Amino acid sequence: MKILVAFIILWPLAGFLFNGLGRNYWSKKVIAYKATGYIVASFIASIFVFLHVQDHGAVMVHYFDFIHTNTLTIPFDFKVDALSSLFLLVITGVGSLIHLYSTAYMQEESAPHYARYFAYLNLFIFSMLLLVLGDNYIIMFMGWEGVGLCSYLLIGYWFSNGNYNYAAKKAFIMNRIGDLGFLLAIFWLIAKLGTVSYSEVLTAESLAKLSSADITGITLLLFVGAMGKSAQIPLFTWLPDAMAGPTPVSALIHAATMVTAGIYMITRSNILFSHSEITQNIVAIIGISTALLAATIAIKQNDIKKVLAYSTVSQLGYMFLGLGVGAYSGAVFHVITHAFFKALLFLGAGSVIHAMHHEQDIRKMGGLKSKLPITHITFLIGCIAIAGVPPFSGFFSKDEILAAAFEKNKIYWVLGLVGAAMTAFYMFRLYATTFLGKFRGSNEQEAHLHESPLAMTLPLIVLAILSAVGGAIGIPHIMGGHHWLTGQLSSIVSTPQETHLAVSTEWILMGVSVAIAAIALLIALSRYSKQTDEEPSSAIGKFFYHKWYIDELYQKAIIEPLNKFALFLKEFIEKKVIDGAVNGTGKLVQFSARKVRLIQNGQAGYYILFMVLGIITLFLFWFNDISILRFIYTLTH
Amino acid sequence: MPIEYYIFLCLTLFSIGVIGVLTRRNAIIVFMCIELMLNAVNMLLVAFSKMNYATAQTITPNTTAGIDAQIFVFFIMVVAAAEVSIGLAIIVMIYRNTHSIDINFLNRLKN
Repeated sequence: MKILVAFIILWPLAGFLFNGLGRNYWSKKVIAYKATGYIVASFIASIFVFLHVQDHGAVMVHYFDFIHTNTLTIPFDFKVDALSSLFLLVITGVGSLIHLYSTAYMQEESAPHYARYFAYLNLFIFSMLLLVLGDNYIIMFMGWEGVGLCSYLLIGYWFSNGNYNYAAKKAFIMNRIGDLGFLLAIFWLIAKLGTVSYSEVLTAESLAKLSSADITGITLLLFVGAMGKSAQIPLFTWLPDAMAGPTPVSALIHAATMVTAGIYMITRSNILFSHSEITQNIVAIIGISTALLAATIAIKQNDIKKVLAYSTVSQLGYMFLGLGVGAYSGAVFHVITHAFFKALLFLGAGSVIHAMHHEQDIRKMGGLKSKLPITHITFLIGCIAIAGVPPFSGFFSKDEILAAAFEKNKIYWVLGLVGAAMTAFYMFRLYATTFLGKFRGSNEQEAHLHESPLAMTLPLIVLAILSAVGGAIGIPHIMGGHHWLTGQLSSIVSTPQETHLAVSTEWILMGVSVAIAAIALLIALSRYSKQTDEEPSSAIGKFFYHKWYIDELYQKAIIEPLNKFALFLKEFIEKKVIDGAVNGTGKLVQFSARKVRLIQNGQAGYYILFMVLGIITLFLFWFNDISILRFIYTLTH
Repeated sequence: MPIEYYIFLCLTLFSIGVIGVLTRRNAIIVFMCIELMLNAVNMLLVAFSKMNYATAQTITPNTTAGIDAQIFVFFIMVVAAAEVSIGLAIIVMIYRNTHSIDINFLNRLKN
């Protein structure tokens, strides 16, 4: 088992080393086969491990002591339990599909850059696996930083474009802010408990050692970390900008890796979180606000990837709502279904962009239904899934979160419904504008339109199937299912959510949400199948179109003051104070030397005068106490 | 006579010497002022040795304490006389070279 678990994580690392070091030597074909093959191998190993965990329960493997001091030992341990084995499957499974897709999508790149791309991609998977597999917060943090680094590298993959570099830096810096919170939480844990291993931290004894203020502080700091990585208010603006990277990277970041890290971390620490009412409320409020804010922005965007990006932010908001109301398995369920349909949607969008010659503006698309049949069908399935239409996967997971929200607080539920309606609306606006109606692009583009090659359509088909039937892992009891996922996670989640709602209430909730989604969906379809959005004219439309002016707000409120402060430091502190002190010392010496050397005028009389003055001074210093005065006194009396 | 009187006299002579050296430009007078300082100190030496002798005599009547200083003063005077002859010789040589004994002209060593 030890070796098998190691294999899961070593394959992507091997791929990274192979492609990273050999990028100038291998042909594209070798690179593609190797990179994809390593992830598939990792996926197969994950399946074995998953099955083992199913039969024998959680697996703990110890490799070596990572840090060993008198007071603190941090072992390099991996833990594969129900939660991490599920994440393993999603990461490597969706990851290998994205790798396969990338082999065709990135075909235009030259071999060294092609290899660089796959090296980063493998490293990304490796980091994410490290994050998920680790048995303590330190290993999780290493993976956490790893995905941050890889996201930076991949968002800035086309490094010759300055804007893309800017987006990459933005992602990295925003993540750093969150990372600081996570790091402080780890320090707090070490200070209070002297350990970071899950098996020791997440126990009743540990909880007894922590005061409620400690728990609230730690969980809030952990949540700050999750905010950065999972793009929640106020640290979400990097995710839409992360669209600068190649489209499969967006799929990877949004679906399998990176943004789900925050959800994983909170689910992993759910015992801590459920002991802090305050944190839970904050998580839920931030989650639902993010969901609504991102949804309103998504409604007005015209870039196919931007819409999907904001939709991801919005869906992550739902997951955090789920975490906040205690529906941990619901949140994990949504992570999994979201991984399927969001990867599908991004890869579908990539297929469209590929066909459209790197055009991303949906106003210039339209009528692609007949030109890209497979992409069209799969994309439609993705849209239906995310909109929450039964029996597609998104319906089950979203409904579970909404039901839990309803139980906790009706306001969350109402807001959640509004968000769900908007989700259905903007997804079908996107679908209708892109695939229905007439083609609005140039003739050249129309002539070039073609369905993507098999390497790209195959992942689409697989993901479409998963999006359609993925909900089967969590069919609620009232529908005759037994909710396999909740059973799976019962060992991880401290307080298994039990729906105390009456069966009829649950049916009504479902009915309402489906009805609302359906109405929003039909409005969007009827409105956008013939026309596109004009530039928004109303104030609120402009407000949404410009993304609530949040980037501008950050620019004005944070970046500009910081720049001014830096300028002040440079212009005043550095140039005036520090340089002034250094140069001033030199000038003072030169100035005084110019004055003092006039004394040395060659006149013997002056020399003697100064000699006498010197002797007098010396005497005064020598008898610098009362004795000389006393001596003079005795002389005069 | 109390020792203070001697000390005051010597201090006054020494100060006159110092001020003379500082203010006068005539090399001869400067030289005389230097001698004045030297002899002021010399006199102080004699005065202290006498005081020392007087104190010691109250304890042991036949003491010789302080005698050595009295003798030393003669040595100093001899050395000073030798020094004066050399100093005057230098001044004479300067006068021959510059036709002046103003010490403000004695800045040829500058630079």
